[in-house]
This record gives sequence, C-alpha cells and structure tokens, in this order.
Amino acid sequence: MASGKIGGVKSHSIGERIGSAAIHLIIGGYALVCIVPFILVLIVSFSSEKSITLNGYSFVPMEWSVSAYRMLFFNGSSVPRAYMVTICATLIGTLIASLITFGAGYTLANRHCKYRNGLALYFYIPMVFSSGLVPWYMMSKNLGCYDNIWALIVPSLMFSPFNMFLVRNFVREIPEELDDSARIDGAGDIAIAFQIYFTLCKPVLATIALFYAIGYWNNYFNAVMLVNDPDYFNLQMLLFKIQSEIASLSKMAVGTMGAVNPPKESFKMAMSIVTIGPIVLLYPYLQKYFVKGMVVGAVKG
Amino acid sequence: MGKKKRSNPFSELWKHKFLYLLVLPAALYTFIFSYLTLPYMVIAFEKYNYKTGIRSPFVGLKNFEYFFKSSWAWTVTRNTLVINVLFLLFGTALAVVLAILINEIHRKKFLKVSQAFMLFPYFISWVVVSYMLQGLLATDGGLINHIIESLGGTRINFYSNPKYWYPILLLLNLWKNTGYSSIVYISAITAIDEGMYEAAYIDGANRWKRIRYITLPLLFPTICIMVLMSIGRIFYGDFGMLYAIVRDNGSLMQITEVIDTYVYRTFKNTGDPSLTMAIGLYQSIVGFILVFTANRIVKKKFPEGALF
Repeated sequence: MASGKIGGVKSHSIGERIGSAAIHLIIGGYALVCIVPFILVLIVSFSSEKSITLNGYSFVPMEWSVSAYRMLFFNGSSVPRAYMVTICATLIGTLIASLITFGAGYTLANRHCKYRNGLALYFYIPMVFSSGLVPWYMMSKNLGCYDNIWALIVPSLMFSPFNMFLVRNFVREIPEELDDSARIDGAGDIAIAFQIYFTLCKPVLATIALFYAIGYWNNYFNAVMLVNDPDYFNLQMLLFKIQSEIASLSKMAVGTMGAVNPPKESFKMAMSIVTIGPIVLLYPYLQKYFVKGMVVGAVKG
Repeated sequence: MGKKKRSNPFSELWKHKFLYLLVLPAALYTFIFSYLTLPYMVIAFEKYNYKTGIRSPFVGLKNFEYFFKSSWAWTVTRNTLVINVLFLLFGTALAVVLAILINEIHRKKFLKVSQAFMLFPYFISWVVVSYMLQGLLATDGGLINHIIESLGGTRINFYSNPKYWYPILLLLNLWKNTGYSSIVYISAITAIDEGMYEAAYIDGANRWKRIRYITLPLLFPTICIMVLMSIGRIFYGDFGMLYAIVRDNGSLMQITEVIDTYVYRTFKNTGDPSLTMAIGLYQSIVGFILVFTANRIVKKKFPEGALF
C-alpha cells in the first residue's frame, strides 16, 4: 500500500526531521486512540464486579476474574445458541450472496450479453431509489422471513448491487482473448464461467465474501425488525437486548451459580469480546481484502 | 457474431441462456425486494387496514399533513442534515489529513501496525461500540466521569443532556470510519507519479510545499467524488449507529433522532403503516433527487470515478 513517495530521497534538514518525528507521533497516537477502547473492554471483561463497582472502568483493576465468561456459557445461557444462529446465518448468507453476486457481475461484464447495459440500469435504479422501511417489512413478512433463520439471511443482506459492480469491473479487466481461446479449446459456457473466470476472480470474490460476512455478522437491524422469538436472536441482537434486561439476566445467573455479586458490567464487556472474537481472527484477511475492494470500488470506473 | 438489424429478444435470451441464467437469481432478488415493493408505497395515501391491505380507503395527503404539522418533521430533517454534514466535513478533512500523513511515513512496520489499528473499529458493530461508549460516558463508573471526579470536577450526566451529542456522535463516527475512508485517498496518493516529488525535492520544495502543490491538487478530483457521493446520501441517517447508541433514550431525541430512526419509531409506536410510509416516502423522494443529482454530476465531471 502506501509506499513512501520520496523513498529514494533522504531528508537531511533538521526541519524535515522534526516534521517526520511529529508525523510519526500523530499517526501513532491516532492508532492508539483507535485500539485503546478495545483494550479497556478486554480488561474490564476480566475484572471482578467488585473492583468495577468500587473503581469504575479502569485499565488496572484491583482484582481479576473470569466469572463473566463463566456466566456467558453457564447452563441455560442464551449466548451459545445466539452464537450458532449468527454463524449459520453468516455462513449460509455469505455463500449464497457471493455466488449470486458473482453470477450477476460476470454476466454484466460479458460482451456476449447484449442486454448488459439494460441489466446494469435495472440493478442501478434500486441503488438510488428505495421504497423504504414499510414495504420492505411487509415484503419480508409476506415471504415468510419472520421469526426464523431466513429473516436473518434473506432481506437486505443477500445481494448488494455495489458488490456486483465490483465483480463486473474486475471481470472487465480480464482480457477478452481469454474467453475466445477457451472457446476455441472447446470449453463450454459453464466451464468458462466456473472454472476459468471463477478462479481468476478469487481476489474480488474474497473481497465481496468478506463484505457480506461482516454485514451478516454485525447486523442487528433484521433481528430488530423481523425477529421476536428469542430462539432466533443473533449475537448482536442478544447484546442489544441484554442492555435493558441485564438485571433479570443476572438474577437468572444467581439462581444457577449462587454467586453473591453477579457480574453485570464485566458480563456486558465479556459478551462484547466474544462477539468481536471471530473478527479478530479473520482480521489479517479483512484488512487485506477490504482495502483492495475499497480501492477497486472507488477509483476504478 | 455478425450485426443483425433487430434480433428477436427471445432468440437472444435463448442463445445466451446460460449467461441470463447466471444473472437470474440476483435479478429476481432485486425484483422482489425492490421493484415489487414499489406498489406498497400507495398506502402512504391511504388509511391502512390489515384486512384490506394495499386496497385500503384513500385519504389523500392526510398522512403527510399529520407528519408535516408535527414539530418532528423539522426536528428530524434538521438532525439528519446536521449530523450528516458534520460527518461529511470533518470525516473528509480527517481522512485526507491521515492519508497525507501516512504517506509521509516510511517505516514499513510502524505503518503496518498503525494502519491495522486504525482500520479495526470499522469492523466492529455499533452495538459493541455502544457498550464501549457506556464504559466511557456512564455517570456511575464511566471512565471519563471517573477522571473528572479525580480531578475535582463534578460528574456529567451525558446520557440525559442532549447538548453534548452532536460532538459525541461526530467523534464516534470519525473514530469508527476514518481509518477506512482514508484508504481511498491513500491509494490515490500512491498513484501519483513519484518523479514529481523527486523533481520538487531537487528544486528545494520542503515537505509542506510538496503536499500543498503536488499532493493536494492531484487529490482534489478524488475528494470531489467522495464528497459528492456523500452529499447524495445526506438525507439518509445512519440507523445502525444511532439506534444502537441512543436506543429509546427520550431525553436525547431532540438532537439524535434522524429520519430513519423516526420512521422506525413511528412504525413501532403507532403501528400505523400509512403514516410511517408517508414519512418514508418524503425521505425516498428527497433522497432520490439528491442521489441522482450527485451521481449525474460525478458522471459528468469525473467519468472515471463513477461506479455505474
């Protein structure tokens, strides 16, 4: 990425050196501001409730504790189930969404497709005009996407024209001769699309798959709108709900664990950490492919 | 493929049936969730009844009248615009500054780590962010109030005082999104011909002059495109952010309620699809005009920047 523009030229003057030090300081400071809140959350999640009550949120708790994490996975906790729901929705959704997006982007880039410009317009119109919340809600409900896993998968999230245009622009960059020579070699339509182009599109497919996966993982809107049954709450929704219901939840925990002082604040923070977990694991890929996608999407026409 | 004058559309579809089959799922999805939802919009002019559905009695502009006569019409419009303009101005400025500064850093490892940190908040859901914010701002036990108190000040009740919330929302938005939005500018700077910088350096231009006379002018088209695109979206509030952060906190609504959250709240509280639809239609129409105009300008002035 950002390679130094004047890499070959050494800066000599004292002014430039001071400037350079200041720039490092600013960027380093900003980077810290971005990451420190997460460290606070991590520390609080491992603090005992007593030290939080006494000292508030603090980077140096008086007492460490894992009781919040134990509470997260106690018998009858709704967290493991919400985890499963989120993983299912994310995996199924990302798979379907990536496939249909690839198909559409591929066709729209294909010069054999005579109506590709008309189709592009067809996909573009909803990007600038949406009918709003109520029709969306009614349509989702009429389709049966209500109080089940499909409510978390299908509405809004399963296809994004933006991603489709990313794929289209990527496929367009592949030389046409490839298609021609494959045809001469006797490859059929299916082989060309799914063996040759699919393989070549791996970078952009990784990008859109991660866009979709993050979209699914972080989504709580669908659950807020379309799910009432706690059995189908995803992690974000559970986290959202627990805010107001933390009191009753800790009572439940007391019953099960017999703890005198049920962790409340640390519980919330532990739950945040558990929710962030997979994102941290995927982070190297996320960074790489999101950066690629953003660059392709914004600068290339 | 020879050029035919006017081929039968069906023969074209049949000839490339595989291609059209590939686009079909996406086309169908778009048809159902976009085109097929359009007829529902007529309920904005009706008094919706769950039995008669979309063919409920026609009431003309009554729903619109009800909305525009309430004080909320102005409040939510103002909040949406103010919040988005704040995000747009400060977000763009900070992203450009960050990109320029990052470009001045040549230590690869330092660069890698700090960029990884800067990008991280972008991937975290607003719900998690709302928890962090409470950790910082809560009246009892929040870190900031803890610091204020230990410095001898009195606690501030952030969650019941709307006057703090334009700045809080702005800072949150900058914190979460700037690392990401600066990527576009970083890549635009990377694309600038290195020879220009070397020539300027040999001619004795210092760092500031190189930024002022090379980087900024060459970055200008990208800035314009990004700003125009954001102006196009200015009538749409960030529901995911605002509802997670503010939730149903009534004491902040005068400042934090945007059209999107208001539409949702109207739907939830009144259960009246017609009234909700009327407010949504107001947003859709103004939003459409803005997006359409912005995209037209981008396409005309910066053809290389248009996605479509």
